[in-house]
Amino acid sequence: MYPKDLRYSSEHEWVRVEGGRVRVGITRFAADRLTDVVFVELPAAGAKVTFMQPFGVVESVKAVSDLYAPLSGTVVEVNPALVDSPEVVNSDPYGKGWMIVVQPDDLRELERLMPVDQYVVAIGEAAP
Amino acid sequence: MTPFDNAQGRPRDFPVIFDFSVPGRVGSSYPNPDVPDTPLEQLIPASQLRKEPAALPEVSELDVVRHYTRLSHRNFSIDEGFYPLGSCTMKYNPKIHEDAARLAGFARLHPYAPAEGAQGALRLICELEELLAEISGMDRVTFQPAAGAHGELTGLLMIRAYFETRGERRTKVIVPDSAHGTNPATAAMVGYQVVTVKSDARGNMDVRALREAMDGSVAAIMLTNPNTLGLFEEPILDVEEIVHRAGGQLYLDGANFNAVLGVTRPGDQGFDVMHMNLHKTFTTPHGGGGPGAGAVGVKAHLAPFLPVPVIERDGERFRLDDQRPQSIGKIRAFYGNFGNLVRAYAYIRSMGADGLRQVAETAVLNANYLLARLRSRFDLPYDRLCKHEFVLSGARQKRQHGVATRDMAKRILDYGFHAPTIYFPLIVEEAIMIEPTETESKRTLDEFADAMLAIAREAQDDPEVVKTAPHSTPVKRLDEVRAARQPDLRWKPR
Ligand SMILES: Cc1ncc(COP(=O)(O)O)c(C=O)c1O
Repeated sequence: MYPKDLRYSSEHEWVRVEGGRVRVGITRFAADRLTDVVFVELPAAGAKVTFMQPFGVVESVKAVSDLYAPLSGTVVEVNPALVDSPEVVNSDPYGKGWMIVVQPDDLRELERLMPVDQYVVAIGEAAP
Repeated sequence: MTPFDNAQGRPRDFPVIFDFSVPGRVGSSYPNPDVPDTPLEQLIPASQLRKEPAALPEVSELDVVRHYTRLSHRNFSIDEGFYPLGSCTMKYNPKIHEDAARLAGFARLHPYAPAEGAQGALRLICELEELLAEISGMDRVTFQPAAGAHGELTGLLMIRAYFETRGERRTKVIVPDSAHGTNPATAAMVGYQVVTVKSDARGNMDVRALREAMDGSVAAIMLTNPNTLGLFEEPILDVEEIVHRAGGQLYLDGANFNAVLGVTRPGDQGFDVMHMNLHKTFTTPHGGGGPGAGAVGVKAHLAPFLPVPVIERDGERFRLDDQRPQSIGKIRAFYGNFGNLVRAYAYIRSMGADGLRQVAETAVLNANYLLARLRSRFDLPYDRLCKHEFVLSGARQKRQHGVATRDMAKRILDYGFHAPTIYFPLIVEEAIMIEPTETESKRTLDEFADAMLAIAREAQDDPEVVKTAPHSTPVKRLDEVRAARQPDLRWKPR
C-alpha cells in the first residue's frame, strides 16, 4: 500500500529519488479517497514548482483537488499517459500513475517530507 | 413508436428531438408576403451566410410540445417532493410570485425603455435594495449579478478596485477549507493567490491559523456564515478584528443567509461585502442553472465601485445613474434578471419582518429535528447545535458494509426523495449534507428520516440492494466515470 522507499507529504504526494531527480505522484490513500480519477492537469516540462504550492489539479467523479509540490524545482518530465488514461492513478498510483519528474533545487528539502512509518500514522492506518 | 432505437444505442424511451424529424415538416407555415421579397443574399454579406443549411430538426409544433412535456415528467422538482440538497436552500417558491412577475407592466417592459417610462420597475428595484440593505445591514445593494458565484466575482472586483484606488498592492485572499469551490475559483479569477485556512475541531475557522496567515498582503477573507457545515462561525468577531486590523476586507458568502434572516445582520458582524442568492433565501426559481439572482451588498466605503447603473431615488422619482467614475463597470446586461427581483420583492413584502425571522427559526428547528432523528445511525463529525443544515458522514457504512455515501444517495431516490448533497464539504469523509428548509412539515421530515434509517439498516442487512440502487427510476445507475472520461456531449446524425 505504501512503499518503504518513498517519502510522503502531508498532502498525500509521494516522492521517489531517482539519481539527482525525483518522481512525484499521489498515494494510494489519496487515490482511494478521490475515487475514480477522470482528469489530471499537470504543468508543462520546464515549469517551476514550489514546496507545498499547487502544481496541478486532479479531478475525480467526487471532487477536484489541488496537487501540492513536495519539493521546489523544475519539472523535467510529465506523464503523458494521464491525458488518455487517468485511471492508472487509481490502478497503479506508484507506477504507471506517476505525475511529474522534478529536478529539485535542493534535495535536502526531502527531509521536510515523511518517511513511510510516519505517513501511515498521519493517515490513521497505523498506531502512533 | 419505432424510430427510437438509433445507432448510438440510446434507450428506446429516450429519443432526442432529432429522432422525430421528417424531411420537409415545419412547425408553422406563413402566407406569402404581400410585399416584394428580398433574397437573403442581398440582406446579409456572403461571408456571414451558411454554405449548407443548418441540420435542425424538422418537426411540428405538437411534436415539440409533446417531446419536451414528456421529458419534463422525468424531472424531479420541489413541487413534486422533498429536495434536501444542502448548501443549496432548495426551498419552495410560492406561486403568488409568479402572478406578480407576470404583471404586464413588469413582464412586457422593454429593457431599453427610458427611465421616465419605467418608473414602476425602477421603484421596485430601489425598494428591494432598501429592504435587503435593512435585512443584511449593508449600505447599498446591486442586483446585476446573475448568481451567487457571479456575486462573488462582483464583490472581489470591487475589493480589488478599492485597494487600487488606495494605492495598496495586496495579492492574497484567504478561504477556509470548508468553503464552496466557487470561493477559491472566484479569488483566482480576480487574480489573487488563494490561501487556505483549516477548520478547527469544532468546525469553526481556526483563529490561530488565521492570525498566522493574515498580514498586509491579504486583500480579503471569504467566509460563509453559517458555514458549509451548517455551523455558526463562533469566532466571527475575532475574525473581524484580525482581518480589519491588518487592513483586509471581510467578504461574506451569503449562500446560507436563510439560517439567520431577521436574527443577526452580516453588516453588524463587520462584513464589508456580501452576496445574497435570491434564488435560495428569497425564493426565486432555482435549478436548471438559472436564471438566478445574486444580489451584492456593500458598506458605504465600497459603494463608489458598484457596477453601473445604480438606481437613485429623488423623492418619488427614480433615475439610473451611470456617472460613477470609480465603478467596476457593467457585469451583466441591463439590471440583472429583473423577473426574479419582482419575485424576491413579493416574498419579502408578503412575509414581513416577523415572517422572515420565523423562516430562519423554523429552518433551524427543522434541521435540528432531522439531525436528532438521524444521528444514532450515522457518524456526525461536528456534533453541535446546527443551523439550517447539517453534515453527516457515511464513513461507518463504508467501513463496515462497503456501502458508500454515493450508494445511499442513489437508494434514497427509490424512496421518492431527491438525494441530499454528497461529498461536500470536502473536509468531511463520505459527507451527507442535509438541508430540509422551513417549508417542510413534520410529517415529511419523518418520512425522510424513516427512509434514511431504513437505508442504514439495508446497508447492514442487504448491502447489495443499496450498492445497485436506484431500482425504480427511469434510468438505473449511470456510469459517471465513463461519462466523465469519455463525454458524449452532442447528438450526431446517423
Ligand atoms: C456556500 C455556497 N457558496 C456559493 C455558491 C454559489 O452560488 P450560485 O450557485 O448561486 O452561483 C453556492 C451554491 O450552491 C454555495 O452553496
